Amino acid sequence: MKKYAYFPGCSLEKMARSYHLSALEASRELGVELEELEDWNCCGATAYFHVDELLAYTLCARNLAMAEEKKLDVVAPCSGCFKNLHSARSHLKKDPDLAEHINEALAEDNLRFTGESAVRHLIEVLVQDVGLEEVKARVKKPLAGLKVAAYYGCQILRPRKDHEDVERPRFFEDLMSAIGAEPVDFLLRLRCCGGALILTNREAALGMVRNLLDNAVKSGAAVIATACPLCQVNLECYQTQVNAEFGTSFKVPVLYFTQLVGLALGLKPDRLGIGSELVNVTPALASVGNNGAGAAGR
Amino acid sequence: MSTATAEPRLSFVGEIANLLHAADGNPLTTCIQCGTCSGTCPVAGFMDHTPRRLIAMIRAERKEQVLKSNTYWYCASCYQCTVRCPRNIDIAEMMYALKRYAIWKGQYKDDLIGPVFSETFVRTIMSSGRSYEPVLATSYLFTYGFQDLLQEAAMATGLMLKGRMPLLPPRIKRLENFKRMVRKIIPVGEK
Repeated sequence: MKKYAYFPGCSLEKMARSYHLSALEASRELGVELEELEDWNCCGATAYFHVDELLAYTLCARNLAMAEEKKLDVVAPCSGCFKNLHSARSHLKKDPDLAEHINEALAEDNLRFTGESAVRHLIEVLVQDVGLEEVKARVKKPLAGLKVAAYYGCQILRPRKDHEDVERPRFFEDLMSAIGAEPVDFLLRLRCCGGALILTNREAALGMVRNLLDNAVKSGAAVIATACPLCQVNLECYQTQVNAEFGTSFKVPVLYFTQLVGLALGLKPDRLGIGSELVNVTPALASVGNNGAGAAGR
Repeated sequence: MSTATAEPRLSFVGEIANLLHAADGNPLTTCIQCGTCSGTCPVAGFMDHTPRRLIAMIRAERKEQVLKSNTYWYCASCYQCTVRCPRNIDIAEMMYALKRYAIWKGQYKDDLIGPVFSETFVRTIMSSGRSYEPVLATSYLFTYGFQDLLQEAAMATGLMLKGRMPLLPPRIKRLENFKRMVRKIIPVGEK
C-alpha cells in the first residue's frame, strides 16, 4: 500500500466534509493510505500572503516538517493548500538562509524543515501514482453515460510547478473517462471560479461563477467535477445567489472527483458524503443507474 | 533630473521591484505592454486599472494612483497572467507584493473588504492555528445590503442543515508551541 502524509486543510473539516470522506474512502479502495498529519495548522490560504510572507512560509513549513519527520510525501486535496505548500517548499529549498531563519522558529515546536517530502495534489496521486489503467481495472460500477464537466480551476495547474502543460491538460478528463463517465468539452475548465473574491468582491465572483455554470450547462454537463473545496462552494452553494442576481435558473450538481471515483469503485454514496449537497445530485446519478438516494438519512 | 537639492531616494518602481526580490520572474521593467495579462484576467472588467495599465503606472512612478487602485485587491490569485506573460513576469506575485505594500503603508481605499478580511484571517489563525468561517464573515457581512444578507443567511442555514457549518472554532493541539513559533518570527518583547 502506498502511504502519504495527508493534509486535509481547514475547509475539509466541515464545509467540505464530503471531500474528506470520499478522499479517504476512494484512496483506500485504490491501495493508497492517507495518514493525517497529527497536528496540522492552516496553510495560510490566500489571505495570509497578503500580510506577511515570512509568517506565511513558516505556517507551511511547520506542516512540511511534520511530514518529513514521518518520511512521507504530503498529499493535499485542496488546490489552495497544495499551491501554498508546494511553493513554500520549493522557495525554502532555494533559499537556505530563509529556511534557517524559519527553522529557528520551528524549533519552538521541536521541528525542522529539510525539504525532503514532496508535495502532491490528491488528483495527481490518483492519476500518476495509482495510474489510470489501475483505476480502470478496479471500477465496479462504471458511470456510463454520465456527462461530466471536469473543472480544473486554477491552483492545481497554476503557477506552473514544473514543466507540465498548463494550457491543455487532459488528466482530469482522462480520469473521468477511466471511471466510465463522459467528459464534455468544457471550454472554461481552466477559468477561475472567483476564489476568495466571493467574500471580498461578491459582484465580480458571482459573475465569474455564472459564466462557468453557463458554459458547463451549454456543454451538456449533468454534473461538474471539482478538485478544490473553494471551487465546490463557489459553484454549488452560491448557485442560488447567482440565480437571484442574474435571473438564471441553474441547478447543476457539483461533486468532488473523489466522490465520482468512489461511486465507480462501488462504494456506498453515504460513505462518500453524498447527500450533503445544496443542489440535489440524485437525479443525475439515478440517470446512470447509480443511486445516490441511500444517503438521505444522514 | 530637475533639481540638485532633491534627496536621493528609491524610485517607486524600484521599491516595488524590491518587494519582488523573492519572486522567480523577470523584473517589471522588462514588460513590453503587450496586454496579455489584461486580456487573460477574469476580473479585469471590475478593476480600476487593468494589470497591464497598473504595470505602466508603476513604471511611470504614479505611486498615489497605484496605492488608490482596487486592482490588486481584486486579483483572485488565479495566476493565468503569470503563466501566460511572454516576458515571464510573475504578475500575480506582484499583486501580492502590492497588497503587502499597501497594508504596510496603511494606504488603501476605505470601501475595500480585502485588507480587513486579510487581517481578520491572520488574527484567526494566530489564535487557534486554523481558519474558522463564522469569524471571517464578520469582515465582510457589514458591507452587505439587506437582500444580500438574506441570501447569505439562507445559504448558511442550508449548510448548517447539511452539517457543513462549523459551530465551534477548531484549534490545534500544540497551540502554545505554535504561538511561540510565531513570536520567534515576529518578536513582541516577551520571553
